Amino acid sequence: MTPTPGTPTLPSLSGLTSKAHAAPSTPLKIDVTTLNFYYGPKRALHDITIKMHANQVTAFIGPSGCGKSTFLRTLNRMNDIIPGTRVEGSIKIDGVDVYGENLDVVALRRRVGMVFQKSNPFPKSIFENVAYGLRINAMAGTRAELEGRVEESLKQAALWDEVKDRLHDSALALSGGQQQRLCIARALAIRPEILLMDEPASALDPIATQRIEELIYQLKKDYTIVIVTHNMQQAARVSDFTAFFWLGRLVEFDQTEKIFTNPTEKLTEDYVTGRFG
Amino acid sequence: MATPRRRRLGDQLLQASGLFVMVIALGALAALLFDVFVDGAGRLSWQFLTSLPSRRASQAGLATALVGSIYVIILTAVIAVPIGIGAAIYLEEYGARGRMARLIEINIANLAGVPSIIYGLLGLGLFVRAMGLGRSLIAGAATLALLVLPVVILSTREALRTVPNSLREGSYALGATKWQTIWTQVLPMAMPGILTGLILALSRAIGETAPLITIGAITYVPFLPDGLSSPFTVLPIQIFNWLSRPQAEFLRNAAAAILVLLVLLLTMNAVAIWLRDRYQKQRTA
Amino acid sequence: MKRTTRSWLERIIEQLLFGCAALSILVTAGIVAVLIFETAAFLREVPITQFLFGTEWTPLFYNKKFGVLPLVAGTALVSGIAMAVALPAGLLSAIYLSEYAPPRVRRIVKPILEVLAGVPTVVYGYFALLFVTPMLQNLLPGLSGFNALSPGIVMGIMILPLVSSLSEDALHSVPNGLREGAYALGATRMQATLRVVVPAALSGISAAAILAVSRAIGETMIVAVAAGQQPRLTLNPLVPIETMTAFIVQVSMGDTPAGTIEYRTIFAVGMLLFLGTFALNLFSNWLRNRFREEYQ
Repeated sequence: MTPTPGTPTLPSLSGLTSKAHAAPSTPLKIDVTTLNFYYGPKRALHDITIKMHANQVTAFIGPSGCGKSTFLRTLNRMNDIIPGTRVEGSIKIDGVDVYGENLDVVALRRRVGMVFQKSNPFPKSIFENVAYGLRINAMAGTRAELEGRVEESLKQAALWDEVKDRLHDSALALSGGQQQRLCIARALAIRPEILLMDEPASALDPIATQRIEELIYQLKKDYTIVIVTHNMQQAARVSDFTAFFWLGRLVEFDQTEKIFTNPTEKLTEDYVTGRFG
Repeated sequence: MATPRRRRLGDQLLQASGLFVMVIALGALAALLFDVFVDGAGRLSWQFLTSLPSRRASQAGLATALVGSIYVIILTAVIAVPIGIGAAIYLEEYGARGRMARLIEINIANLAGVPSIIYGLLGLGLFVRAMGLGRSLIAGAATLALLVLPVVILSTREALRTVPNSLREGSYALGATKWQTIWTQVLPMAMPGILTGLILALSRAIGETAPLITIGAITYVPFLPDGLSSPFTVLPIQIFNWLSRPQAEFLRNAAAAILVLLVLLLTMNAVAIWLRDRYQKQRTA
Repeated sequence: MKRTTRSWLERIIEQLLFGCAALSILVTAGIVAVLIFETAAFLREVPITQFLFGTEWTPLFYNKKFGVLPLVAGTALVSGIAMAVALPAGLLSAIYLSEYAPPRVRRIVKPILEVLAGVPTVVYGYFALLFVTPMLQNLLPGLSGFNALSPGIVMGIMILPLVSSLSEDALHSVPNGLREGAYALGATRMQATLRVVVPAALSGISAAAILAVSRAIGETMIVAVAAGQQPRLTLNPLVPIETMTAFIVQVSMGDTPAGTIEYRTIFAVGMLLFLGTFALNLFSNWLRNRFREEYQ
């Protein structure tokens, strides 16, 4: 169901952002200014400006194809591997421009981890999956160190108790929910500062989903999390801030409670009350 | 309007003729195998396998040809494998879009359709004459390597394609470079498929006769090859040589040699299929 | 590893891999170069009209004639017989496997067809010379020991799997909607197949046939063993002949020194063979792409 015809006038965002920052006392982590993103000639993201603070969970919501995943992937430059893409504007993480000329993409991805919609464990053992990031980034010197880090990550992902006796079994033998938690452990192993999650629970049953949501709540203490979700209730449950995207534009960004109870924009209100989607 | 009986008849006729063709084809294969077995099985013996060729049919043996075939195949693999896998990796993982890559792809597809004897002429003109390698083991292996290269590249690309993209993305997201991702994730996962394709390609090469005759693998080599630049012969050429003699004993030798060749081929194909099945299971564990 | 070292290493690896891929272009260039070089030398001594249109081929005799038509005729004769066997049989087999065969039959038959395609050609040569020829000689008493009929038939059996599997692919790609449309009008399976599916798959099947012809023309060992070494401008399948490929083998087995006109003949003949198969392959590809466009 599409909204009524006629171009909606989008609000200027400067007023919004200042309001959003009244609350968090944590430092600014991700600072995006007039970001435009192109797939070849087609513009997929229009003038996105948003500021996300450390140790907060920000949810991206919006109908299918509105650009939330695309935007998420610009934050760790995963779109670089798609040919023909182009970025204009700036994304700064801890003050450093992510698309700067001399930026080491590999180092960026160490600091900005990602969990995908469909869990993608490597066809190796559970241990090797978690150890992979440590190995290629040369982050653990001795075997003991490696094992320690693997255990630590699996505990953080609330998976340790279930797999501690079968670390060397194939990761593919785990259930869907376990595989996704393994991918989270894998991402956490290299100690990123920011965790990007692209619809992490969309392929999981309700019980597994609940466990992932609990996990996100726990992880917030140590990480900055950005989560894309189709599920508005999930966004309401899990996030501190919510950004609503529509057709490649950021329509509204505010504290979650406000977005879901008393949004400023009519478009937002229509979406969260289910009038379209 | 056809009556129902006539309509069914047409169907039955078509089905029957299809089945008939199958039976003929299978019958031909069975006749071939049976004929070769009957002619040659009696001649098989340890002596036959280990003797050098001779002008006396009863004393002639397969040793030179067998050893020659094994050497040639190993050398061919050594040359073709790195180049073939490297080319496939480039085309599949790096160069997919460029015009150069498209040109290379078309070129490889064309090369796959060139008759094998033309590769022999290439080997003759290039390796034997221009590079001065003479009618040697290395010239033969180089020629065969060029012959199997398109097949190795195509089957390796197939294997690389079966690796899902989500794997590559997962690796990149953890900070791996392109080559790290290929070396630690993509290649290991594609390896069984690559090996299967390789063994099948080599099993075709082992039966190749024309290109090696053209570069001058001599048909009568009464000594074992003793180095890369040594003259040599291979199983199919030995078979051809014996087939060209009118005496019945030589024809029997040819039949026996064919049996050896077929057993070799069967083994290689069985290994390839076993590999493929085993890793199919492992993948879906 | 520092970032600059790492990216430098990545760049080198990419160049190396590119080199491997580009080697294939060198192979084609090599084939063309070798053929052109020796053919040019050959044509300096033998005028091209004599080569292409002459009817006697005796380059190894004292009285040398360089007309290639007997070899071309020999190749055409054997390939023609092979296609006469492989095309109808392969098509029937493809129709059966694609439209009629139950899955169990397919699972047994297809691997056996692949085995048929994998038998070394020298073994087929043995079969043609020592089994098929004597068998045919019972039926046709005038058949000589070396002839075109026997290797032609055996070559047809060897090519059958190729025609069958490619045609089957073509039949398979015809959308089911067409079949269902025919059935809905009351057609039997045979009528639907022969009147709707096969015509729809015609360019794909033609592509398969042309590829098979290309294979037949380039085939060497079956004819080298069983067809003979007597170049003869004839369409009689019962007498010895010589094909282009068998001639190259014949000269290579002898002790022809490099740089002589005899040596160069094999490259001239090879050039003809290369151009012929190349053109056929190109045509087949063009047909196949057109077929794909129709159904995608």
